[in-house]
Amino acid sequence: MNIIETSSLTRRFGDLTAVDGLNLSVAAGEVFGLLGPNGAGKTTVIKMLTTLLPPTSGQAKVAGFDVQRRAARVREEIGYVPQLVSVDGTLTGYENLLIFAKLYGVPRSDRQARIAAALEFVGLGEAAHRQVGKYSGGMMRRLEIALAMLHHPRVLFLDEPTVGLDPLARQAVWQHVRSLAHEYGMTIFLTTHLMEEADSLCHRVAIMNLGRVAALGPPEELKSSIGRPEATLDEVFAHYTGHELDSGGNYREISRTRRTAARLG
Amino acid sequence: MKSRELDARPHVWVETAAGARETGSVAGFLRQSVALAEMELRKLLHDPTELLTRTIQPVLWLGVFGQVFTRVRAIPTGQLPYLDFMAPGVLAQSVLFIAIFYGIAVIWERDLGIVHKLLVTPSPRVALVLGKALSAGVRALPQAGMVYLLARVLGVRINWQPGALAGVAVTVLLGAAAFSTLSLIAACIVKTRERFMGIGQALTMPLFFASNAVYPISIMPGWLKTLAHINPLTYEVDAMRAMMVVGGHSLYGIGLDFMVLLATIVALVGLASRLYPNLAH
Repeated sequence: MNIIETSSLTRRFGDLTAVDGLNLSVAAGEVFGLLGPNGAGKTTVIKMLTTLLPPTSGQAKVAGFDVQRRAARVREEIGYVPQLVSVDGTLTGYENLLIFAKLYGVPRSDRQARIAAALEFVGLGEAAHRQVGKYSGGMMRRLEIALAMLHHPRVLFLDEPTVGLDPLARQAVWQHVRSLAHEYGMTIFLTTHLMEEADSLCHRVAIMNLGRVAALGPPEELKSSIGRPEATLDEVFAHYTGHELDSGGNYREISRTRRTAARLG
Repeated sequence: MKSRELDARPHVWVETAAGARETGSVAGFLRQSVALAEMELRKLLHDPTELLTRTIQPVLWLGVFGQVFTRVRAIPTGQLPYLDFMAPGVLAQSVLFIAIFYGIAVIWERDLGIVHKLLVTPSPRVALVLGKALSAGVRALPQAGMVYLLARVLGVRINWQPGALAGVAVTVLLGAAAFSTLSLIAACIVKTRERFMGIGQALTMPLFFASNAVYPISIMPGWLKTLAHINPLTYEVDAMRAMMVVGGHSLYGIGLDFMVLLATIVALVGLASRLYPNLAH
């Protein structure tokens, strides 16, 4: 069963076509990665799938519901970890979770148990009652994951989940993403421009360039598709997009990434 | 270790997913608005310094402007001493300032991605906007307490009857809700902090001076009278003046004052809940 399906999904901003006729299907339980350089349209895809941005044309279904006509229903089935650090630094980790448990309508009888389970899952039980402003970058990311799983979503969207993190903190986030998929059968849809991240987490990846999918398949298949099974995903990427990963990126994206990195310390 | 095979294990969570949620009902709707207000209260408890810095402005208005104009006796305020006349006006002004700069907070939340995360919850958009309006009220209420304290110290004859206090509290909540939602709308339109700063100034000063806050409408020129009569702040001040000070009375009737404020809130919340989702684009 496909839990995410898009057909000719398109989004234009004025003259710019950010996403151009995207056709994707993601199976339930799959860890799916969307790769691409800055400006390839990855965040725009996530925003449309999470109902934040209406498509210009085409369709998308998440958990069986149309993202435009049944937006409220889609929201009940998904969790979302935005690219930016969006937990509240003034509040404690526990308070952040408590407020979102209420916003997600987690029944009162379940609330404390769910919050405790989520905190334990990401290893923040000890730090629950400290102000988030005093957390390390890795802890903030893990709190974001705890927050996004509180209401037991079927699909979890992560927009560049490890941007600005050091390698160790990155490993910890990857481990939690893997257990969400393996232990809870959650479908994971993530964007990244780290090849290593895609390689170690994803069942399948789609390489996006200029709003279109340039290549799609399991990492191994993509590597052999360019005739060199020993190639790295980086090389696959350069092959399909025609440029190196660190090229591109406009002012707004760079300053946003820097700001996120700055907040993560 | 990773495994590339899709896990065939059943979804442990699926059966608890949709059925047990409490998002659809009216109670659920209110709970979400109240949750946002609770978030604001918890933030205020963690960092209450704002309560003090925000008291500087009313100190200046009541302690300096009010003291001087009491001596001049230039403004006809009937039986009321001038300071008693303007105290409710200064209260309304404090609430207005807190509420108008709420837009900045929302733009900040947009830059941090908090707006995105709120919009991805199943909460109805109206519940989110109302929650923001209520949050402004949460900030405004303790501020109102500070203005009361200040007015008392300066010798204003405060009406301490519980009914009157409750009435002023409700007026504070309504005023904060109306003007914070106006500010939210402005924030949705301009979207950046730099542009909003100018808008904030451009909104507060005309609202304040084209109202009955520090002088009665009767001494205004005709064109300003008209503006003052369509300014919701006038009705907020009118209700506060009737209930906050001994001997104060309402010109328009507290019932009408509340109706004007409520109608303003309904109209603004309606518009804001259409615009708010655009912040995530």
